[in-house]
Amino acid sequence: MAAMVAVLGARMRYMQVDQADQFRLLAEENRINIRLIPPSRGLIEDRNGKLIAGNEQNYRVVITREDAGDVALVLQRLSKLIPLSPEDIARTVKETDRTSPFVPIIVSDRLSWDDLSKIALNAPTLPGVSPEVGLSRQYPTQQDFAHVVGYVGPVSEKDLEGVTDPDPVLQIPKFQIGKIGVERWMEDTLRGSAGNKRIEVNSVGRVMRELERKDGIPGADIRLTLDVDVQNYVQARLGNESAAAVVMDVTNGDLLAIASSPGFDPNLFVRGISQKDYTALTENDHRPLANKAVQGAYPPGSTFKLVTALAALEAGMITLDTKVRCPGYIEFGGTKFHCWKRGGHGTVNLERSLQESCDVFYYEIAQKVGIDKIAEMGRLLGMGQRHDLPMSAISEGVMPNKAWKQESYQTDWRIGDTINASIGQGYVLTTPLQLAVMAARVASGRAIAPRLIHSVDGETVPIVEAPNLGIGGSSLRAIRAGMFAVVNSERGTAKSARIAAPSMEMAGKTGTSQVRNISASERAGGVVANADLPWKRRDHALFVAFAPYEAPKYAVSVVVEHGGGGSAVAAPIARDMLLRAMSGGMPPLDAYPTAQRSRIETEQNELKLRLSTSTGAGKPGTQGATG
Amino acid sequence: MSFLEYRLKTVPVGFRKILHLNWALILLIAAVSSVGFLMLYSVAGGKMGLWAEPQMKRFGIGMFLLFGIGLVPIWFWRNMAGLFYLVSFILLLIVEFFGTVGMGAQRWIDLGFMRLQPSELMKVALVVMLAAYYDWLDIKLTSRPLYVLIPVLMIIAPTFLVFIQPNLGTSLMLLMGGAAVMFCAGVSLWYFGGVALLGIGAITAVFAARGTPWQFLKDYQYRRIDTFLDPTADPLGAGYNIIQAKIALGSGGWSGKGFMQGTQSRLNFLPEKHTDFIFTTLAEEFGFIGAFSLLALYALVIFFCIFSAMQNKDRFSSLLILGVAGNFFFYLAVNLSMVMGLAPVVGVPLPLVSYGGSAMLVLLVAFGLVQSAHVHRPR
Repeated sequence: MAAMVAVLGARMRYMQVDQADQFRLLAEENRINIRLIPPSRGLIEDRNGKLIAGNEQNYRVVITREDAGDVALVLQRLSKLIPLSPEDIARTVKETDRTSPFVPIIVSDRLSWDDLSKIALNAPTLPGVSPEVGLSRQYPTQQDFAHVVGYVGPVSEKDLEGVTDPDPVLQIPKFQIGKIGVERWMEDTLRGSAGNKRIEVNSVGRVMRELERKDGIPGADIRLTLDVDVQNYVQARLGNESAAAVVMDVTNGDLLAIASSPGFDPNLFVRGISQKDYTALTENDHRPLANKAVQGAYPPGSTFKLVTALAALEAGMITLDTKVRCPGYIEFGGTKFHCWKRGGHGTVNLERSLQESCDVFYYEIAQKVGIDKIAEMGRLLGMGQRHDLPMSAISEGVMPNKAWKQESYQTDWRIGDTINASIGQGYVLTTPLQLAVMAARVASGRAIAPRLIHSVDGETVPIVEAPNLGIGGSSLRAIRAGMFAVVNSERGTAKSARIAAPSMEMAGKTGTSQVRNISASERAGGVVANADLPWKRRDHALFVAFAPYEAPKYAVSVVVEHGGGGSAVAAPIARDMLLRAMSGGMPPLDAYPTAQRSRIETEQNELKLRLSTSTGAGKPGTQGATG
Repeated sequence: MSFLEYRLKTVPVGFRKILHLNWALILLIAAVSSVGFLMLYSVAGGKMGLWAEPQMKRFGIGMFLLFGIGLVPIWFWRNMAGLFYLVSFILLLIVEFFGTVGMGAQRWIDLGFMRLQPSELMKVALVVMLAAYYDWLDIKLTSRPLYVLIPVLMIIAPTFLVFIQPNLGTSLMLLMGGAAVMFCAGVSLWYFGGVALLGIGAITAVFAARGTPWQFLKDYQYRRIDTFLDPTADPLGAGYNIIQAKIALGSGGWSGKGFMQGTQSRLNFLPEKHTDFIFTTLAEEFGFIGAFSLLALYALVIFFCIFSAMQNKDRFSSLLILGVAGNFFFYLAVNLSMVMGLAPVVGVPLPLVSYGGSAMLVLLVAFGLVQSAHVHRPR
C-alpha cells in the first residue's frame, strides 16, 4: 500500500512539476482561440477626393437560438417590424436547428437604418435577436468606374491558388478581396492587415470572454488621377454605344477618364450577382463586362496615318511639300488598293492628306519607308506595348513588323501588308488607351506615360518627367498642323466637330476601320452603305485629338464599335470630352459653332448624368461600428 | 476468539461509547469529504445546488448512519453477515432482470427516493461476510483447498453478476476487496500466485477472443483499454477523456491555477468532471500541493484503519477493518491511476469526493462498521 501511494505521489510530481509547462501549454491551446479582425479596406477616391469606392456600414440582424428560445415565434414578431418573407423565416429556423445553439444566424442583410432602429427599440420583445454592423464595399459611382476600379468579392479557391503564404486574413469567411481592376492590382495597398483578438472558448467552442484585442491596420487610401465628374460625363456621353474613350493630361500623363461602355454596376458583384443578372451581362452583344479602353484592340484606321507620316518625315522620305497624285486607288501586284474616295483626291501634300484623310498618299509613302520604320515609330508613340497601369486585361495590341509576321505566321512580310498597315488596317491593332497616348505624345513631343495612381495614403506618387521622344520639331509641327486642318479647315474630315472658342481649338484625326473584308461581289455591286449593314459588320468609328491646339493640355481618344464613320460619330464625342475637361464643367455652348448650339443644348439636356456628385462625403469606412 | 469470550464489562455502554469512537478517523473522513464539497462547488461553476448541496445532505445522512452503526455492538453485525450478503445478492439478481439501464449499463434499482446500486451494497456485505467466515473458520484450516474454495465462490458469484451488468470497475473492486480480506486472513500466498497466473492467462484469453462472437468484454471496454495503452491514437474520440484529464492535472503545476480558476473544468474540456475525474480539477486548481495533500489525507485514513485493526484482538473486527481499508485503498488507487494515465479508464469514483449517493452512503456505512469494531474491541 505504501508503495502504491509512493507511486501515485511520484506520478503526480512528475506530471505536475516536471511536465507542468507542457500541460499548461496544452490547456491554453484548449481554451484560447485567436480570431482575426478584418481590417477596413482603403478607400478609392478621385483626384479631388471624391469617393469612388468606399465602405458602407452593412446593417444586419442575427438571431441566436439559445437566447431566442422559440425561434419561429420570435421571427414571426420580427416580421412585423422588417420585411421578412415566410421563406426567410423557414430558412432561418432550419439553419438555427442545424448549428450550435449559440451561433448567431443572419436573418436579414443590408437593412436600412430605420429598420435597425425599430429592432433596437423592440429589443425586449425579441429575445436572441441582435442588430450587427459590418463593413461592405460600396461603389457610389455605380457603373462609371466598374471597369477601372473593378470590384471586390469573397475569396475563392482560385484566389488562393499558387499563393504560397496566404495572408491569414483571407481565411475570414466571406472576406472581400479585389477581383479585377484597381481593387485587384492595388490589393496589397488597400487591404491593410488584420488585427486579432484572443478569446476564451469552452469545449464546444462557445466564446466565454475576450482576453485581448489588437486592432488591425486599415488599408491605405488611394487617390486616382481620374475625375469623377469627367468620367461620369464621358460615360454618359458614350450612352448605350459599345464604345471606349480616354481623356489624358498631355503634360503629365494623368488619366482623367477611362470609360468603357456599356458599363455595369459593380455593387451587384459585391453582393453576389444573380445568375439572371450575370447572364444578361455575358450575353449582351455590347459586352458590358469588357474593359474596352485597355482591353479592346481595334484596327486604328486612319488615325494611324499620324504614325506613317511621322515615320516618313523622320526617315527623310518626304518633306512637307512632297506631292502624291491620288487617282482613287493604286494597283500593286495585281491588287487594287482603293482610296476611301472613289474619285481620288487629285494631287495632295502631307497637310491635305491628313485633312482629307487620303489613303493613296500613305500607300505610296509607306512603300518607301518600309514597315520596320513605321513600326518603330508606332512603338515610339506607345503602340504595341502594354502600358503599366493597375488595371485588368491590359492589351498590348499589335504593332507588326517583318520579324513579327515571320514569328506569328511563318510567312514573309509582303508589300501589300505594308500598304494595309499604312492606313491602320491589316495586322495593326491598338487600344483606345494607346491611341490617347499617341495623341498625347504627338501633342507634347515627349514620351508621356499614362498615370492612374495619384497618391497612396496621402503621399503623392511622384510624376516622372517624360523624356523627349527625339522626333524633329518640324515634323511634329507639320503633323499637328495637319490635325488642326482635319478639324478646322473647310475640307477637313471632322470640320463639323470643330471647337469655335479660340482658346480651346481642337486638333485631331478621324479614323474609320473596317471590320470586314469587302467581298468581290460587294465590290461589283458597289459598296453597301454602312447604315444598311447589320450592326456587327459596320465599321468602327475612331477619333484621336488634343486641345487647346496652341498649348496642348488634354489628349483624347474615342472608339465607337460599329459606329460608322469617325468624323460623324467619334469626333463630336471627342470634342465634348475635351470641352468638358478644359472648362471644368458642362461644355460651354459658346465653344460650339453658332449653327450647332441649339442642337448641342438639346443633347446636353438629354444627357443622363448621375445627379450631383457628392463632394468627399466623409469617410464612412472609418466610422466606428455602432449597435 | 469468539464473541463469547469478550470481557463484556470492559466495553463501554450507553452514550459513553461516543467517547470511545475513533474520532481521528471520523475527522479525517470529514476532511476528505469537505475537499469533495469544495471541488463539487468549484466544478459546478460556483453553484451549491447543482452537486455540492445534495452531496452534503448525503454526507449528513451517511454520518448519521455511521454513528448509528458504530454504537451498535459489533457482534450484532457479525451475526447479520449472512443476511446482509444474501439480501445484497438477491438485489443483484433483481437488478440483473429489472434494473434500470444507465450509461449503457444495468446498475441501479429506482426506489423512487433514491437509486439503489446493489453492487455498492455488495462491497460492504462481501467484506463482512468474508470476515465472519474467517472468524468462524478454524485458523488451521485457512489454506485448505476446500476452505479456500468457499470464499472464492462467495467472491466470484457477485463479481460475475456485477461484471455482466456490465460494470467492469465495480466487479474489479469486489474481486480485489475480497482478495484483500483473504490475504489478511492468512490464506497461503501460493493461491494468490496461482490466481495471478490465471489472471494473466485470462487477460490473454480476453484479448485473443476480441472480435469473435464470444468475446468477453463489450467493445467500449476494449476501446478503453486500447485508449489507455495509446490515448493519442484517437484524441477526439475514446482518448479524449484521458488526454483532457492529463492536461488538467499537469497544467496545475506546483501550486495550481487557484480555486474556481481551472480552465479545463470551467470550460467543460474535462469529461465527468464531478464524478470519476474530480481529482483532476483539484490537481488543476490547487496544484501538486493540493493533490498531494489529499493523497496524504487518504493515506492517513488507511493508516488509522490499519492501526485500529492491529489494536483489535477480535479476528472478525480486524478482518472487517482491514477489508474496508483495503476496499477504500483500491478505490482511490484505481481512480488516481486512471486519471493520471497509469491505468485504463474503468469508471471507479474517488471515494468520499466524487459525486454519487450510493458510493458515499455505502462508504460511511462501512466506516460505521469500522467504528463499531473499534468501540467494541476487547480490552
